[in-house]
Amino acid sequence: MGERELKLLGTWVSPYVIRVRVVLNQKGLKYEYFEQDLTNKSELLLKYNPIHKKVPVLIDNDQPVCESLVILQYIDEAWSKTGPSVLPTDPYERAMARFWAVYIDDKVFLASAGILKATTEEAKAEKIIETMAGLELLEETFKKCSKGKPFFGGDTIGFLDVTLGSCLVWLKATEKVSELTLLDGNKFPKLVKWTEQFLSADCVKEVMPKVEKVEEYINKTLKPKWAAAATSSK
Amino acid sequence: MEAEEMELFGIWSSPYVLRVIWALNIKKIKYKYIEEDLNNKSNLLLHYNPVYKKVPVLVYKGKPICESMIIVEFIEETWKNDSIFPKDPYEKAKARFLAKFVEDKLSPPMWRFFTTKGKDQEEAYESFTDYLAILERELEGKEFFGGENIGFVDILLGCMSYVVPIYEEITDFEIITKEKFPLLHAWMQAFLSSDIVRDNLPPRDELLYRYRKIREAFLSKDN
Repeated sequence: MGERELKLLGTWVSPYVIRVRVVLNQKGLKYEYFEQDLTNKSELLLKYNPIHKKVPVLIDNDQPVCESLVILQYIDEAWSKTGPSVLPTDPYERAMARFWAVYIDDKVFLASAGILKATTEEAKAEKIIETMAGLELLEETFKKCSKGKPFFGGDTIGFLDVTLGSCLVWLKATEKVSELTLLDGNKFPKLVKWTEQFLSADCVKEVMPKVEKVEEYINKTLKPKWAAAATSSK
Repeated sequence: MEAEEMELFGIWSSPYVLRVIWALNIKKIKYKYIEEDLNNKSNLLLHYNPVYKKVPVLVYKGKPICESMIIVEFIEETWKNDSIFPKDPYEKAKARFLAKFVEDKLSPPMWRFFTTKGKDQEEAYESFTDYLAILERELEGKEFFGGENIGFVDILLGCMSYVVPIYEEITDFEIITKEKFPLLHAWMQAFLSSDIVRDNLPPRDELLYRYRKIREAFLSKDN
């Protein structure tokens, strides 16, 4: 049986990439990582993700898998006997995990990005309310899923842990850049405790960027890019 | 299983609800259907789907599952007969990827095409025909995206088989023809005439009327 060659195309700052790396680490899978420059897309990226031209892309023996949540499920199914499971085994719990993962990406993370993008105080306030409402639901979801254990996935980091966990540094950087508190220990005590558990896990520490670096990225790269796009579309 | 164990909350015109109905049919699962009035949502719907307050909602043994793609995966994982997904993890990943592509990339420009006119409509048409070309390539050598049988991607894309002819009639535009997209054209016919779909389509006249009103409303908003 030959060695399986795993490659991952990603960027250091993308939560969608970070979550894949956490799971690969947790499963103990070795892979070659290729940092991408999305302003100058590589041939590798265009070859393996021609439709979206985005990261992450997992390449398993030359076969590409794209879309972070699809990749996570692929890793879970292709390496089902290696390391802890990413998704629960019960179909109903799997449905719940999938539901909340999509909610995290489509509602909570997008709303928090909206805080950074907002050009008026009103728009910003609206996005803050949306983000906080999302975190409130996630606090309740955490109580139901964890059943008293440290993670959404129970004893080990699972699908929801990596989906939300990969956004944590962005949430913290957004707090600093926008001078507000999102992960409020008074409002979301269980979630905040969970963030500490998640961020201190070995499989997470080595791939999670520093908050300061993300803050710098937001201020020096992202915001100017958004401002330029806004001016050019007027 | 008794039909009471499985309830589906829906509306007659929703393509998302139909996805669930087709999946239940593939698996030969009996269920009780409850028609909702989205202008007057039932307490049950609000209880079962407090986050989005939308249909479809599948309730199995009292536990609700929301979002059509997630419901179909739940059905697949709970009932092992008549698979909707391939067994191989890589083929499964491809199916999930294509399904997400249909949802995220194809649907918005198709809707934009239907609800606009002039230059906006032309631009929307250019966008989605590029995406249709991708789907056309995926069908090479196959009758359905799932191979010999209807699978996950077929279910997700399925509403296109009856909505596109309606769009064509209302906008007087040719979208999927034998000449432009031969495989997709053949797929639409095969899908519509299959056992699980044939008797589970919304009534065409009512749908035509409904979609005409929608397009009129959007076009009059722009004036």
